[in-house]
Amino acid sequence: MRYAAPTTIDEARALLASDADAIVFAGATDVVPQMRAGRPEPSMVIDLKKIDRLMSVSLDGDTWQVGAAAPSSALTSNAAFAADFPGLTEAAGLIGSDQIQNRSSLGGNLCNASPAADSVPALVVNDAVAVIAGADGERRVPVADVVTGPGQTSLAHDEIVVCFELARPAGGTSDAYLRLIPRTEMDIAVVGAGVRISLDGDGVVSAASVALGAVAPTVVRVPAAEAALVGSSLDDAALAAAAAAASDACNPIDDKRGTINYRRQVAGVLTRRAAGIAADRIRTRNGQNGAS
Amino acid sequence: MSRTHVNCEVNGDAVDFLTEDGESLLNALRDELGLIGAKEGCGTGDCGACSVIMDGRLQCACLIFAPEADGAAITTCEGLASADELHPLQQCFLEGAALQCGICTPGFLIAAKALLDENPDPTETEVRYALAGNLCRCTGYDKIVRSVLEAAVQIRTPA
Repeated sequence: MRYAAPTTIDEARALLASDADAIVFAGATDVVPQMRAGRPEPSMVIDLKKIDRLMSVSLDGDTWQVGAAAPSSALTSNAAFAADFPGLTEAAGLIGSDQIQNRSSLGGNLCNASPAADSVPALVVNDAVAVIAGADGERRVPVADVVTGPGQTSLAHDEIVVCFELARPAGGTSDAYLRLIPRTEMDIAVVGAGVRISLDGDGVVSAASVALGAVAPTVVRVPAAEAALVGSSLDDAALAAAAAAASDACNPIDDKRGTINYRRQVAGVLTRRAAGIAADRIRTRNGQNGAS
Repeated sequence: MSRTHVNCEVNGDAVDFLTEDGESLLNALRDELGLIGAKEGCGTGDCGACSVIMDGRLQCACLIFAPEADGAAITTCEGLASADELHPLQQCFLEGAALQCGICTPGFLIAAKALLDENPDPTETEVRYALAGNLCRCTGYDKIVRSVLEAAVQIRTPA
């Protein structure tokens, strides 16, 4: 096996195009365990961490650009990013230990294409766009359209996710991500729920996004739950309707982490709670603004 | 199998070694440089026994391809003590009986050092979260956590 560390996207793409068996990696936190578990060794591993644009996290006007290979810790330690996307930051910060978060990346979490990837529901509810470099230049794809099934993506072999674009949320908008695991740390989601809420000046929900992880082959967006929340004041009836819609949207597997019925039920509970947390964040922020 | 010549800094010393490209940094440290403090527990980034600090960030050496270390600065547990004095973490681990079999200890020491470098006055909860990536099958963790808290006090207020 050969190791390559290109410093430009073009160089990385040329290496990929030259070798049908080559793979790219950032933290290798999934690639190495998969090889230890018997995945055939690729002929070449292409390290993306020497390419500046893939490692940077920056605010360009009203759009955050998050390098696809930037470690999770670059997000959790960025107070301005965390203030704009507390839910996405939480999701990134839930993946593994400090040792892992210093290597794991949003690009890797997406392209590994695990149904249980924590950051993906949080990216989806924030309408994140993946910038993908390929033979014909760059294309922009909603994150929800990148993963097509467990371990499968819509990327061509010689395409690389460069970064994610996230529009700064307008005032009165915030997000939250919750996952259930049977312990406090260091586990894989039984269910994950990302919610983004916008409240108008009267505390009525003007927009909502709900996405679930680990309950289907890919992340599930739940328009029926979103519709149940919009126009409400997050009263019990609206939250119950959103929870029921989330449970109905699940198409989970039975495995050692949880049964189908358990996952369905938990998806509803987490959706309801995450909506409440996102709304509380908006109210807290508005309260602070009012006081200042 | 391709080979790469790696130049890096380990525990303050400039070193170089030749490695197979697919080799882990953990194996290179142990087999090429003779630094056998970092251990292989799981080999998949779950147990933390191979923890090192590379370019200021705590990482599992089993997940790092050895050629990634080219140009990097690495700290292993061998770099903690000065010539004739143990690091306060090591001394507190000894006095607090924070180890039994000792396999996990180098990883805990490095993870604790990474924590205290960032946060010299952690709460017990912060210590427990910071050490969540390190597994110990002997101690039940309590003495490790107490020893890290005690070392933090000693580092903040040198005798």
